[in-house]
Amino acid sequence: MSHDSPAHRLTQLKVLENESIHIMREVVAEFRNPVMLYSIGKDSSVMLHLARKAFYPDKIPFSLLHVDTGYKFKEMIEFRDQYTKEIGAKLIVHRNEAAIARDMNPNQHGVARCCGALKTEALLEALAAGGYDAAFGGARRDEERSRAKERVFSIRDNFGQWDPKNQRPELWDIYNSRIHDGESVRVFPISNWTEMDVWMYIREENIPIVPLYYAAQRPMVERGPHLIPADETQHLLEGEKPKMVMSRFRTLGCSPCTGAVRSSATTIDEIIIEAAAATRSERETRIIDHGSNSMEDKKREGYF
Amino acid sequence: MTIKNDDMELLRLVTVGSVDDGKSTLIGRLLVDTKGAFEDQLMAVRKNNDNVNEGDVVEGKDIDLARLTDGLQAEREQGITIDVAYRYFSTPKRKFIMADCPGHEQYTRNMVTGASTASAAIILVDARKGVLTQSRRHTHIIGLLGLSHLIVAVNKMDLVDYAEEVFERIKAELSDFCAQQNIHDLICIPISALEGDMVVERGDKMPWYKGHTVLETLESLEVSDQIDTRSFRFPVQYVNRPQSDELHDFRGYAGRVVSGTVKTGDEVQVLPSGHTTRIKEIVTFDGNLAEAFAPQSVTLTLEDEIDISRGNMIVHSDQLPTTADEFAATICWMGDEPLSLRKKYFIKQTTNTVRAVVTEICYRTDTNTLEHLTDIDQLSMNEIGKIKLKLLSPLTYDSYADNHATGSFIIIDAFTNNTVAAGMIAKS
Repeated sequence: MSHDSPAHRLTQLKVLENESIHIMREVVAEFRNPVMLYSIGKDSSVMLHLARKAFYPDKIPFSLLHVDTGYKFKEMIEFRDQYTKEIGAKLIVHRNEAAIARDMNPNQHGVARCCGALKTEALLEALAAGGYDAAFGGARRDEERSRAKERVFSIRDNFGQWDPKNQRPELWDIYNSRIHDGESVRVFPISNWTEMDVWMYIREENIPIVPLYYAAQRPMVERGPHLIPADETQHLLEGEKPKMVMSRFRTLGCSPCTGAVRSSATTIDEIIIEAAAATRSERETRIIDHGSNSMEDKKREGYF
Repeated sequence: MTIKNDDMELLRLVTVGSVDDGKSTLIGRLLVDTKGAFEDQLMAVRKNNDNVNEGDVVEGKDIDLARLTDGLQAEREQGITIDVAYRYFSTPKRKFIMADCPGHEQYTRNMVTGASTASAAIILVDARKGVLTQSRRHTHIIGLLGLSHLIVAVNKMDLVDYAEEVFERIKAELSDFCAQQNIHDLICIPISALEGDMVVERGDKMPWYKGHTVLETLESLEVSDQIDTRSFRFPVQYVNRPQSDELHDFRGYAGRVVSGTVKTGDEVQVLPSGHTTRIKEIVTFDGNLAEAFAPQSVTLTLEDEIDISRGNMIVHSDQLPTTADEFAATICWMGDEPLSLRKKYFIKQTTNTVRAVVTEICYRTDTNTLEHLTDIDQLSMNEIGKIKLKLLSPLTYDSYADNHATGSFIIIDAFTNNTVAAGMIAKS
């Protein structure tokens, strides 16, 4: 794609890229103390890349915040430490140490309670501790139906909660960043990107991602419809036996609650072919999205 | 095999209509037929939990399509759409971002939110009911927002025996209404979203209709709105001054080319100060460019050291916008409390936020008759009218008709911080 083609046309990916950069700059210009939530996943990789572009030649002018539940895959933590160092980004890691000390886990306490303590509570603690008035997140509207409804600038009250029935109108690309003391804004610069866009962009820009996205032989157990990684953080249920399965992850979360898919896609091109042929959404492998505690409930409580 | 999207274009569209006009069915049909919805998402909105044939669900039968788009619990409980949902689908030619808007009058502000970023609109009209008050309201708003394309889908043709004269009558009525407000590029399509006629497939019920189907129309609309042929406008978003030794002397102005094009060496003027200089570099992460065009986000460096901050606008010296501390504008009021001449507001336009007062409400528009009602002392939620504003400090702007990016603004309530209006600056 040449930038100075006489027709002055941008591909849809470039339109999205330019929109995301515009949003990031608006936030840095208008907020006192922004931070970027960094989950280490592919969407976070894209967000980081966009942030580098937005503020070039300067370094990214805000910190990255990783909420570590203690259940992240070790490949994720390695990737996080190595990549953020390489690009010179400031990284803050926050854990809900009290809950981790109590051995909070999804098997004994349930997925909803575990997520509530290790993710939502930890996130709200970290945001309060940092005094951040704006936090970037990499959520996309195509992921889930309550996310499809959320504004780019999503206002949260003093408790970090979302009121979906009372969202501010959001006109054109003019974002209202005026908030009261104690309120904050969650900002979603890649709202309009789809899973396919993310993969296409990763390929076009050669963006590094956690190797777990590529297929390899990995130890797995089959639990209902899910393929669950049998690593050291996993509490195996009675009768479950790990076996090696050629598999990869479409999305990355906590290891006990993130299913893998059978796949032989070892290159980005193969992943894109697989994503294009997929008949089921990527979040299907995320156990937290299922059950009575929906994404909307979690978002109301302060989750991203 | 490699999947490419090197030349895929983006079309942003908005779908509007009254309650029960079959909008959700149309959207569901488009999503299912273009594979914009996944099987697990469709299974989650099936009509009943027993004996469901997954094949039927995948084909869009036996599912409650409205529940696919009504993403909030309150919406599903009440069975109505409250807020905009954004939906994504693509064909080999294009990616579509679709803002699915509520039909109820009380949620008009959310409809305006969805329409403001779109370049094409689909307005649903129920063939049995014809053109309703809400159809006229939505058409008027689409016209005010200046969307490039307006598609009217006359739905439920199956319930009027696919009668051509019903379609022609509705088409004539809406064409008249549009002509009164200078919308001339109107495309009318007779459809049955439920049966699938003229949505993706033509069907065999309406041989008298020779035009495109809905999807063919969406694929053939001109995407470019020629923003690159308009005057160059660059609102400065952010001054980039790295705090590192090797970039000690770098001073760049980050922003988006909102219209027109700019080349290195161009003579430019910085507003409101009026200082002139030349473009030294167009800096991006991927290397410097010789030329930048809308809607690219870039960083400009200039030949001379000039005091420039966020809110300034860089333009070509021979194509100047207006800089003034008052203007007239058409607004859609969105606040819970009515517009008041005594209250203090903020105006955010491009990258500027200034204090303002409303000095006059010129009129309110009756969106059904397009009549201008004068002697008005307030505008309430979802009402449209023309006002005059006085600003505490000047803004640099164009009329909305000349330039959507520099002619649009929002009004923010200084007390609640809520966005209470969408504004479009009038030609002076």
